Amino acid sequence: MRIGLFATCLGDTLFPDAVKATAVLLTRLGHQVAFPPGQTCCGQMHVNTGYQREPVPLVRNFAEQFGDPSIDAVVLPSGSCAGSVRHQHGIVAERYGDAGLVDGVAKVRAKTYELSELLVDVLEVTDVGAYFPHRVTYHPTCHSLRMLRVGEKPLRLLRAVEGIDLVELPEADACCGFGGTFALKNAETSSAMLADKMRHVAETGAAVCTAGDSSCLMHIGGGLSRIASDTRTLHLAQILAATRTSPYALAEAAR
Amino acid sequence: MSSTFLGMPAAPPRSPYGTGNLRGEQKFPKAAHGELRNEQLRSNLGKATRTIRAKRLAVTGELPDWERLRDAGSAIKTDTMNRLPELLEELERRVTERGGTVHWARDGAEANEIVTRLVKATGSEEVIKVKSMATQEIGLNEHLEAEGIRPHETDLAELIVQLAHDRPSHILVPAIHRNREEIRRIFLKEIPGVDPHLDSVPAHLAAAARAYLREQFMTTKVALSGANFGIAETGTLSVVESEGNGRMCLTMPETLISVMGIEKVLPRFADLEVFLQLLPRSSTGERMNPYTSMWTGVTPGDGPQEFHLVLLDNGRTAALADKVGREALNCIRCSACLNVCPVYERTGGHSYGSTYPGPIGAVLTPQLAGMHAAKDDPNSSLPYASSLCGACFDACPVKIDIPSLLVELRHQNTEESGTTAEKTAMKAAASLMKRPKLYTKAQKASRAGRLMAGKDGKLSHLPPPFNGWSATRDVSEPPKQTFREWFASPEGQAELRAAAPQDDEGKEEDR
Repeated sequence: MRIGLFATCLGDTLFPDAVKATAVLLTRLGHQVAFPPGQTCCGQMHVNTGYQREPVPLVRNFAEQFGDPSIDAVVLPSGSCAGSVRHQHGIVAERYGDAGLVDGVAKVRAKTYELSELLVDVLEVTDVGAYFPHRVTYHPTCHSLRMLRVGEKPLRLLRAVEGIDLVELPEADACCGFGGTFALKNAETSSAMLADKMRHVAETGAAVCTAGDSSCLMHIGGGLSRIASDTRTLHLAQILAATRTSPYALAEAAR
Repeated sequence: MSSTFLGMPAAPPRSPYGTGNLRGEQKFPKAAHGELRNEQLRSNLGKATRTIRAKRLAVTGELPDWERLRDAGSAIKTDTMNRLPELLEELERRVTERGGTVHWARDGAEANEIVTRLVKATGSEEVIKVKSMATQEIGLNEHLEAEGIRPHETDLAELIVQLAHDRPSHILVPAIHRNREEIRRIFLKEIPGVDPHLDSVPAHLAAAARAYLREQFMTTKVALSGANFGIAETGTLSVVESEGNGRMCLTMPETLISVMGIEKVLPRFADLEVFLQLLPRSSTGERMNPYTSMWTGVTPGDGPQEFHLVLLDNGRTAALADKVGREALNCIRCSACLNVCPVYERTGGHSYGSTYPGPIGAVLTPQLAGMHAAKDDPNSSLPYASSLCGACFDACPVKIDIPSLLVELRHQNTEESGTTAEKTAMKAAASLMKRPKLYTKAQKASRAGRLMAGKDGKLSHLPPPFNGWSATRDVSEPPKQTFREWFASPEGQAELRAAAPQDDEGKEEDR
């Protein structure tokens, strides 16, 4: 399958390792990864902050970059960006776009998937041949859980990882407090939510807290770093990309 | 036949600025600042919301048709809003036929005047009250007091709030921010003739309130209530409650005056079948609430012999005129969204500054009272008081898509608020991101952040507006190479080739 990879602006610029891992994983599974170089940002931050006119060119660019019929599916290593493409691009296109954009958005939306959806629903694989001999806890992230309804898919992928010690995160479905510009506009409330999330992460004794969204991980990881926690954050793709022959060097990576 | 130009229909009015309880003193982040430091509040709210959440999940999970009930509730409410005028007129006809009197109030001020006039006509200087959100919204108690009429709240939690000269902080549990020791002290100070040795055992506190309230039920001639439902088909009003104090108010006085928001009307009596399942299970986590009172006009020789229904608009028609925002009018005030909201759980209800707190309050309040009635209107901060986590949407018994409404109201706010620094930044960001080459350059420029980072590769102090972030969170320095640079590089392509299955075709097609 020819899979279009949308790196997301955050992943491309600040967390490239998660996107690399996505590309490596899909290649290892025998698929061809296409990276349209004109891609930038999905516009989620704009829409969630109340701006719907400004992201029109971003919505159009996404539809153009990935509308190519030779791309069978589009993958986003981010639940919230996938959620934006699926739920918000249509709203923006209908309100401030044109008929062509509405049509383009609908076509690309139908083949857009978050990573765990692509693996489990489209590629029909749960054991991706990964090896990760560490204690891991999984934070489901709100938009993966409640907007995309990925359900157990990421956990099914993680349970199939060789050597993993997967421990349940208490109150896993609670928001970590990120919420995009919410973390800036309501920084104190956000911090209070983060403090509870970090307490639950600490209770698991996990070496790694993982999730399917670099933005939530940036938030949780930023907090864990501040309190000098032994737990670090890693994107789900980085765990799934690790193998016996090419293992993830956890100790070295922990800062 | 001639035609007369009647002009464009005027936009329906919001709740007038400066009246009622639909606007706080300060914006949400500032109001939350103090509440977040209130350990007692945090602990009470954490315990209470967790308990109610678990109970709600148990009683909604046991119904095989719960999701279909939610669909039915949503459909009935949507149908109601689509033909609100005819349903309200039908309700008026039925109530009038059965001996009641219907009054129409455009806003809270009108409703307050109508109620005051009706109470004065009875000669009574005191009224007993059933717990009611609508009368809280319009500030009826304050108005009555100014007119020399003493309102007595009879719901235990409302009584606690009233005696403490406080404000409710939760739709269902108005005194959720108080613990029993605080309640003991309030009772000792405010209830005349209370046992000075009163302890803080909940049953003893309830008994003290009961003795105090009984006296009022027996002597007061006028009662005020809200309504959970008003049935157009029959003219029946209904109040659901737990304590029975509402039942006392609805049956014992000579005169009953009910203030009902116009969105509370339901088409058919049979619709109660759906809502009397949805409401208690979502609200208190009970299969059925202990008391469901229904009354239709006046029944000779039984209950109040004079009945008035005040139909309250107060911004509801304005909300109805918004084709996206109107969904908030479907709310049945169960408070399930408050109990699952991570923001409400930490900030409490007072931070919202409105009778309606929590996720539904953040979408309902700005629609009823507006977001731009004054410069820096506190209501304009409410749609941002959410991380958009979506827990409220999942919990809502009538499936109100609160996260989408929040995003919509944020958009309306940015559209109405002219040029701001944020808007300029958002335009700049979008303008950069729509040009891939410029975007790539900006990515490279962001590496300047590496110079600001400490030896550990972390940035711990950021300038405004990012300082709130860096108060509790580090930021990793930008990496040396973006993903797109890696993908385009020979090393990147070599890494992908190495990862590809060796015995497969198509391993190095894309470059």
